[in-house]
Amino acid sequence: MALKTEHMTLNMGPQHPSTHGVLRLEVELEGEIIKSVQPHIGYLHRCFEKHAEAMTYPQVIPYVDRMDYLAAMYNEFGYAVAVEKLLGIQVPERVEYIRVIMGEFQRIASHLVAVGTYGLDIGAFTPFLFCFRDRERIINLFEMTCGARMLYNYIWVGGLSHDLHPDFVRNAKEFVSYFKPKVKELNDLLSYNRIFIDRTANVGILPLETAINYGISGPNLRGSGFEWDIRKDDTYSVYNKFDFDIPVGKGLQGTVGDCWDRYYIRIQEMGESLKIIEQALEQLPEGDVTSAIPKRIKPPVGQVYSRVENPKGELGYFIISNGSPNPFRVKVKGPSFVHLGIMNELCKGHMIADVIAILGSIDIVLGEVDR
Amino acid sequence: MTYDFFSKLFGSDLIAALIQSLLPLFIFILPYALFAVWWERKVSAHMQDRLGPMRVGWHGALQTIADILKLFQKEDIVASSIDKPLFNIAPVLMFVGTYAAFAAIPFSSVFIGSNLDLGVFFIVAVSGFSVAAILMAGWASDNKYSLIGAMRSAAQIISYEIPTILVIITIVMVTGTLNLTTLSEMQTGHFWNWMILGGPGSSLSKFLLIPSMILGFGIIYISTLAEVNRTPFDIPEAESELVAGYHTEYSGMKFAMFFLAEYANMLAVSSVVAALFFGGYQSPCGYLGNLIGLKWLIPIEQIFWFTAKGLFFVFVQMWLRWTLPRLRVDQLMNTCWKYLIPLAFVNLIIIGLITLI
Repeated sequence: MALKTEHMTLNMGPQHPSTHGVLRLEVELEGEIIKSVQPHIGYLHRCFEKHAEAMTYPQVIPYVDRMDYLAAMYNEFGYAVAVEKLLGIQVPERVEYIRVIMGEFQRIASHLVAVGTYGLDIGAFTPFLFCFRDRERIINLFEMTCGARMLYNYIWVGGLSHDLHPDFVRNAKEFVSYFKPKVKELNDLLSYNRIFIDRTANVGILPLETAINYGISGPNLRGSGFEWDIRKDDTYSVYNKFDFDIPVGKGLQGTVGDCWDRYYIRIQEMGESLKIIEQALEQLPEGDVTSAIPKRIKPPVGQVYSRVENPKGELGYFIISNGSPNPFRVKVKGPSFVHLGIMNELCKGHMIADVIAILGSIDIVLGEVDR
Repeated sequence: MTYDFFSKLFGSDLIAALIQSLLPLFIFILPYALFAVWWERKVSAHMQDRLGPMRVGWHGALQTIADILKLFQKEDIVASSIDKPLFNIAPVLMFVGTYAAFAAIPFSSVFIGSNLDLGVFFIVAVSGFSVAAILMAGWASDNKYSLIGAMRSAAQIISYEIPTILVIITIVMVTGTLNLTTLSEMQTGHFWNWMILGGPGSSLSKFLLIPSMILGFGIIYISTLAEVNRTPFDIPEAESELVAGYHTEYSGMKFAMFFLAEYANMLAVSSVVAALFFGGYQSPCGYLGNLIGLKWLIPIEQIFWFTAKGLFFVFVQMWLRWTLPRLRVDQLMNTCWKYLIPLAFVNLIIIGLITLI
């Protein structure tokens, strides 16, 4: 006799310890097995794109900070690059270098949060605090540069708000030499932990084809084994002057494109970012960082799409100008929003615990999903 | 012995029995729970480059008391859709199950709640109460997270009781007793008489037993970790998946009872492991009391050694918790049914053969 059974609908979030912000997941369960996952978003919607239309171009920058609040520097970086492309201006070499240094520090900081909270999702509490301890040092560097610890308003169109602090280069070098052994510590504690591997390897496998069809970018795409990094493949700023590798997922512990691969890409990228920072600090030219900032930003009529490699993936800005000091339209292609779309695809057939593991491995920030 | 003492002092068996049963609670378990909560916070903090509680008392030593006072004052939130009787009984039952286990644990040769002939059996049986309590809590809460947590927990605890019992049987086969006091008395002398090193005597079988005993200790330690829901087996209350598992809906003192029960349970299983394999209350290197001829000193020393051994294993549990990630529920079951139980059976057969020699 077949028993009549019902699927259970479990509501994960908006208040849940590990939805990484205010996300609601509607999970359909059969016992512990996931039948479908439906993300519900919009809890953090602040109408950034609409707001931007009422702002002048420089006034948009603080709003940009609040999208991916774990990588605020990089959001500003992307926006500045886009508006400069629209204006057709060149920024001094020193500005470009400082932007790259800040951007890469921000990448390390963002990846530290991603890796740390991922450990927390899997149940390891200690790596999380180790990551935050190290992130704190990066935040201190930012604070020393521009006074803010999270939302910087530092990278402006055509330049920077402040030049570097006289001690910055020394402190940054200190951080680089401090942080290198810490990556190994993190590997010993988490990456090669047998339980961690059991939880993440062969879980949430994202085949390359699916990844491309869903528009996945950044570490998640590289985790599926495709070497694609906008810093190299569609280069901007001065990234072509540095020597660094693009880590790709190789399926070291399981299948290519599983959670462990996506996680490990981030660990490796922190090392690559350190390489870039070291080179940039060596080559850092002298100059004035505010000289190229336009007095009045009034781009010609036209439109621009510009993309940068945010820590989470491809961050694109589409800006339409009608010749006025306010942008006519600012549209953001946020990586987190795109990545959240694959949740259902990845989670089907896994268990409840894997939803958390998968959500952590695609590393979303809800501030950017909802904007 | 304490019973006789109080019975003479008050001239009433009832009062003596009451005191006898309340003593472990007031002089041992409650102070221990207060200490353990603080200690866990300190251990975790120092492992994570933090300081932990520092404000209340010396290095935050009174923090737990402040927390308990806070929990006393809290509103006891009871949702309208819950099953009230079950909801209210569950935390009490949880605490009872844990506390009853201490009745048969010998703190020293003269201080034991009840010197049962079936001591180990009794402990295994009453700690089974916690499964019922967890299921009741999960079911009565009318919360899906609680229910999933409770189901996981029941499956986990029942599964892991099997390897635990299989290991206990090996000890019973070697020693021929279920009485924990007798068991501890057998392991008297020095540490080479402990069961982990094959037990007393110097026959061939003692040395043959050593590898099996170490294996048995490994199995029982892993299983007890799972039985008290500690990392890497804290799946029932996995906070990143199930919020707080079966006690999600509890607040105030009811929550505190679950919380205290968890810590008391940690000590209970550690004590049992210590009593089975590490000589219980016996000193590893002879007694000071014997050396200087003060016989009354020996029970006090025994309490010291017992506490030290118990707390050491509790410390290892904390250490593991702050180091390891959490297993998934199917992996947890695999660990038990595919590795621990077959190993425990093999161990049982080997020890059975050795005891035949």
